[in-house]
Amino acid sequence: MPVNAPLLEVQNLCVSFATRGQMIPIVENISFSIGEQEILGLVGESGSGKSVTAMALMGLIDAPGVRITGMALFKGQDLLAMSGKQLRTLRGQEIAMIFQDPMTAFTPVYTIGWQIDEQLRVHQKLSRRQARARTVELLGEMGVPDPLNTANRYPHQLSGGLRQRAMIAMALSCNPSLLIADEPTTALDVTVQAQILDLMRNLRKTYGSSVLLITHDMGVVAETCDKTLVLYSGRVAETGTTQALFAHPQHPYTAALLASIPPMSGPRPERLPAIPGSPPQPLERPAGCAFAPRCTYSHATCLPAPPPAFHAINSHHKVACLLPMEGTPLPPRFSANTTATV
Amino acid sequence: MIIPLMRRMGQTIFVLFGISALVFAVFFATPGADPTARIAGRNAAPQTMEKVRKEYGFDRPLPVQYAIMMKKLFITRDLASYANRGERVVPEIMRAAPVTLSLVTGAAVIWVVLSIGMGVLAAAFKGSWLDRLLMMLGLVGISIPVFWLGQVVNLITQNSYHDTWLFSWVPGLGYVPFTQSPFDWFRSLVIPWCVLAVMFVGIYSRILRADLVAIMGEDFMRTARAKGLSPTRVLLRHGLRTALITFVSLFGMDFAQLVGGGALLTEVVFGLPGVGRLTYQALNSLDLPLIMATVMYSAVFVVLANALVDAAYLLLDPRVRDAR
Repeated sequence: MPVNAPLLEVQNLCVSFATRGQMIPIVENISFSIGEQEILGLVGESGSGKSVTAMALMGLIDAPGVRITGMALFKGQDLLAMSGKQLRTLRGQEIAMIFQDPMTAFTPVYTIGWQIDEQLRVHQKLSRRQARARTVELLGEMGVPDPLNTANRYPHQLSGGLRQRAMIAMALSCNPSLLIADEPTTALDVTVQAQILDLMRNLRKTYGSSVLLITHDMGVVAETCDKTLVLYSGRVAETGTTQALFAHPQHPYTAALLASIPPMSGPRPERLPAIPGSPPQPLERPAGCAFAPRCTYSHATCLPAPPPAFHAINSHHKVACLLPMEGTPLPPRFSANTTATV
Repeated sequence: MIIPLMRRMGQTIFVLFGISALVFAVFFATPGADPTARIAGRNAAPQTMEKVRKEYGFDRPLPVQYAIMMKKLFITRDLASYANRGERVVPEIMRAAPVTLSLVTGAAVIWVVLSIGMGVLAAAFKGSWLDRLLMMLGLVGISIPVFWLGQVVNLITQNSYHDTWLFSWVPGLGYVPFTQSPFDWFRSLVIPWCVLAVMFVGIYSRILRADLVAIMGEDFMRTARAKGLSPTRVLLRHGLRTALITFVSLFGMDFAQLVGGGALLTEVVFGLPGVGRLTYQALNSLDLPLIMATVMYSAVFVVLANALVDAAYLLLDPRVRDAR
């Protein structure tokens, strides 16, 4: 494995489900890469295929008739070609996942500590006592007050924030190189959300983990991620460094998403701009650009198949839109230094 | 944990009182019917009637009658059947209870083991032919009436095929106490156990499968898989353990109603002198004291078992422990 190969490289990932004899494409040709200690934000609205992408990488989709194609090289091994057993040793050990709703993500009948111990003992040769010591240590590092007693409590006895901290502690218990966080802050209130995001940002320093952060919150992305990938209707719309993407969105969808965030400075707008319509159903996806029906810039060349190919603005920033290729890129949105405060 | 248990005990006692009062009212305080005549039996002599009236205090107010009845049932235990020539009722039930308990406990072991096995297998191979086969067997089990199955089994094992090597070990109908010969006890009960368990295996395996399938869609099962646990461990330690909460509460109720006399049909078909058969005989001869006693007995059992189920609930589900 070359020295500076990315930790995870996903190429042309497609996921489709069979329903009534028809294959419904949920995710089409998604490619991205995550480097060591990098945080990649996967942004998109509900149903855009964010979670399906993560679940496909973890091998957690077991619906009958699902078809997953493409390649996902993790440390040089293709996750999608692995046997269930190989994947199982990676899960929890090398790649860990935290979920949206910490309320329901723990088994209700066991203590938090028991569940973290369980993961430790499945992957490492530890005695019960050693596992518990590590569990308490982890909970402490995640900022859980009184970790010794918290470990003996049941999930329903903890607050949402504490539960998410315990969830992160469990995910990090085996020092995974990649952490997939599926909307980790959506179910939490804003102050707790900020604390959890802080925690995630520090992970790469303290644990050396890379993070794939799935969210629909542009604010979360701006605060946390190095790189951003915008998904629309199962396809990649735009990808680039967070800074470049926020300063110069090249895809009208990204631009419209950013425009709908209330500005922190300047005059207060009468109405926030919204994107008209709703995203297409997977089966009714347009042959050309999926966003064309809702796009203010759509024109004749947007409509025919195939969907627009990627256009590289520079080596990091790519966009699936015809505008920059046709020589009429979107104007820059705002200066780079305001992005940090979004 | 102690306080909810204590509270539950208090409720149990209250419920028992309520049931005893209700049962008493149904049998002895129905307006327009003289309980004396019913206790004394058909065509009783006037002297007997007078004796019964004195003994049960039917010439005194209702609360006194209730107190006398409870005293006869629980303290002096000399409630006697007139239809059956002065047979004491309470010792009769005490003799019948171990038979019923043997029958139901054995059947319960069979049905719990089999239904957990079938339910888990069916859920693990959801949608496969194995799943469909097991669930179809379960449905067949539920649909077969227990008295019919018992008669057919009797016909085969006692009659048509009794002389073949397969069934020559089957003893004649009836019960052998465990204390007399554990082996004969087992031989006399093994077929009734299976027959009684058939329906419950069907019900429980189908319920467990449905529960497990529903639980498999839960977030915590996804977490368990994301932790890198083996599918077996995910299904048993996380899925089955959670599904057992429903399973145990159902089991407690069914077990209690069977011990309380619900195994009547099985007992009658296999000639087992248990509480169910006693109730059956009492109903046949309209033996009021015996009916009263068996109803009270079964009520006590169901209520106590219900309390036990709640206690088990506290052990199984930490969420209930903290409630209130």
